[in-house]
Amino acid sequence: MTTTTRPVAALDAERVTLAYDQRTVFQDLSLSVMEGQITTLVGANGSGKSTLLKAFGRLLSPRSGRIHLQGKALRTIPTRQVARQLAVLPQKPLTPPATTVRELAARGRHPHQTWFRPLTSQDTAAIDAALDATGLTGLAGRDVATLSGGQIQRAWIALVLAQQTPIALLDEPTTFLDLAHQLEILHLVRRLNRDHRTTVLMVLHDLWLAGRFSDRLIALAGGQVVADGSPWEVLKPGVLRQAFGLEAQVVSEPVTGSPLVVPAAETVLPHDLAGS
Amino acid sequence: MSTTRRAAPPPAQTLPPVTPKLAPRSNPMQPKPPQPPRASLKPPRSADRTRRHRLTTGICLVAALGVGLVAMTAGSADYTILEVIQVLAGRGTPAQELILLDFRAPRVVAGLAVGASLGLAGTLTQTFARNPLATPDILGVTSGAALGAVAAICLGGGGYAVAAPLLALGIPTMSTVGAVCSATVVYGLAWRGGINSYRLILIGIGATATLSGITSYLIAQAKITDAQAAAVWLVGNLSGVSWSSVWPVVVVLAVVAPVAASQSRDLAVSQLGDDLAVSLGVAMQRHRMIVIGCAVALTAAAVSASGPVEFVAFVSPQIALRLTGAARPPLFTSALAGAILVAGADSLVRGVLPGERPVGLITAMIGAPYLIWLLIRHRGGTDGL
Ligand SMILES: Nc1ncnc2c1ncn2[C@@H]1O[C@H](COP(=O)(O)OP(=O)(O)OP(=O)(O)O)[C@@H](O)[C@H]1O
Ligand SMILES: [Mg+2]
Repeated sequence: MTTTTRPVAALDAERVTLAYDQRTVFQDLSLSVMEGQITTLVGANGSGKSTLLKAFGRLLSPRSGRIHLQGKALRTIPTRQVARQLAVLPQKPLTPPATTVRELAARGRHPHQTWFRPLTSQDTAAIDAALDATGLTGLAGRDVATLSGGQIQRAWIALVLAQQTPIALLDEPTTFLDLAHQLEILHLVRRLNRDHRTTVLMVLHDLWLAGRFSDRLIALAGGQVVADGSPWEVLKPGVLRQAFGLEAQVVSEPVTGSPLVVPAAETVLPHDLAGS
Repeated sequence: MSTTRRAAPPPAQTLPPVTPKLAPRSNPMQPKPPQPPRASLKPPRSADRTRRHRLTTGICLVAALGVGLVAMTAGSADYTILEVIQVLAGRGTPAQELILLDFRAPRVVAGLAVGASLGLAGTLTQTFARNPLATPDILGVTSGAALGAVAAICLGGGGYAVAAPLLALGIPTMSTVGAVCSATVVYGLAWRGGINSYRLILIGIGATATLSGITSYLIAQAKITDAQAAAVWLVGNLSGVSWSSVWPVVVVLAVVAPVAASQSRDLAVSQLGDDLAVSLGVAMQRHRMIVIGCAVALTAAAVSASGPVEFVAFVSPQIALRLTGAARPPLFTSALAGAILVAGADSLVRGVLPGERPVGLITAMIGAPYLIWLLIRHRGGTDGL
């Protein structure tokens, strides 16, 4: 990184307890997301990645503890103002009926629009740019209900891009995408980060891609952070065993030198890591 | 547990050239000042749809006014549209003015206003719950209002002329109380950190059954004259309206419609799911309260004026949706569709059909088959229904 300033927390969770009705997922967890970094959450299914992301995106309010957005208590900022700072792509958004790709992307402009003001040229430009960046310009007029899984996923990302926020929280942005499109989206994420210092917190399942595109990885298991640091610090056999129950070697990937996880021949341990 | 979490993604199209995308030529977060010409990229569909939407709304507006005029001609004394226009312009005979302005006009205005209110209320709840079955009729709001009004009729002694002024006040008040109470209970029971429309509808159906049961009990207990009045009223009836029972619904409509319109954009965004709506800056809690408050107020006002005119709240938004080809039921067009439906059905009742049939009978005859058709056709939708 070329920045010389000390990293500042864009989002900061202070001893938060996150729970659904009966189930407590995290207890007294403290974690910061640093400004200008790409941070990726990894962990087994049910380890709480989405839960944490939702809490940072104010979609789930903590039972106790506090979350700060750029030093200000998140719950005290009007939600519309937060929406200009922080975009969230949830894991399971609802595909609306009879809506074109372009109309979907245009929803990303919602927090920038005021009551009864039609799209400005700035909005239009943002939407065009988002469609272009996700390679959807040619599909702009298509009904989203008729798209393939990967195309819809890219439309959701276009929506988030159109929102033009300094912070983006992406829950599995590469789900349903073929490898080329996964790479394309992650390159896009990195470009946002490098060119605009967009702070990114995302969830990825592919450890190789997580290692290649992140400044920092956070591995979650059993309601705890089991490892936190650079890709090489986190993607270690011990961490993989703890977080995924996976026996694996980690080798240096020949193209970029980032860590590559290679599972051992017979690997999966027969225990459920998702249970609380 | 397995570490693979999903089946392989569906094979996408053949790989597009990735490299050009990687070049830092396009800058996704910043608008590019020199806009390249994009004429061919403008999707024709949404523009077409906007035009169609405007056209349909215009036609509906004209149709609503037309139906209103025609409705003025229908009835025991026959008048031509020309005579009606003359009287409205203030150049009629005293006899014409009495019949048209004092007897017929309130009924026509009530038909339009009740229809518009129900159409708007239905649009709000259907859009809010993302389910066409979520209407005030099904969610128990209408039956709550009806119970309130029947209680006013039966317990307040509606059969006597002395009680009439009291009733003019009592029915709207009681039906509002009934609507608010039932809406609160149904919504409260359905709430689980969010609203699942399937749950909301099931609880609403339960509440409707319970409230109708209590209403029947009240009628069974009442004096025969009151019971008769209540029974007639319960089918949805515009025959008894006068200006004094029309103005509350007109006022409520005039006040609530702009408030509902202010929620239009938030309603559009919340179609993407609660999470994304919050993420895009919709204050969901406030939005929900406003939308439900509007729907309850409109339903209570409409029901107190005319009794529960069945299925209008249900079909009007769906008709408007299909006419405009919009992504969700349009507020204004749905209100117009409701106005046309009720005012039209009422003039049918007065002008064409023998005897004085209640307007609710006609709307139910249109609505019930439509509901069945929708149930058959609409399977495995977004939220379980
Ligand atoms: N809405 C909910 N209500 C109750 N429990 C929930 C809810 N959402 C998640 N959970 C539980 O919380 C825990 C963490 O879930 P979360 O969705 O955060 O996992 P995740 O790490 O994102 O998993 P995945 O990789 O499958 O997306 C799980 O045990 C899950 O069952
Ligand atoms: Mg998840």
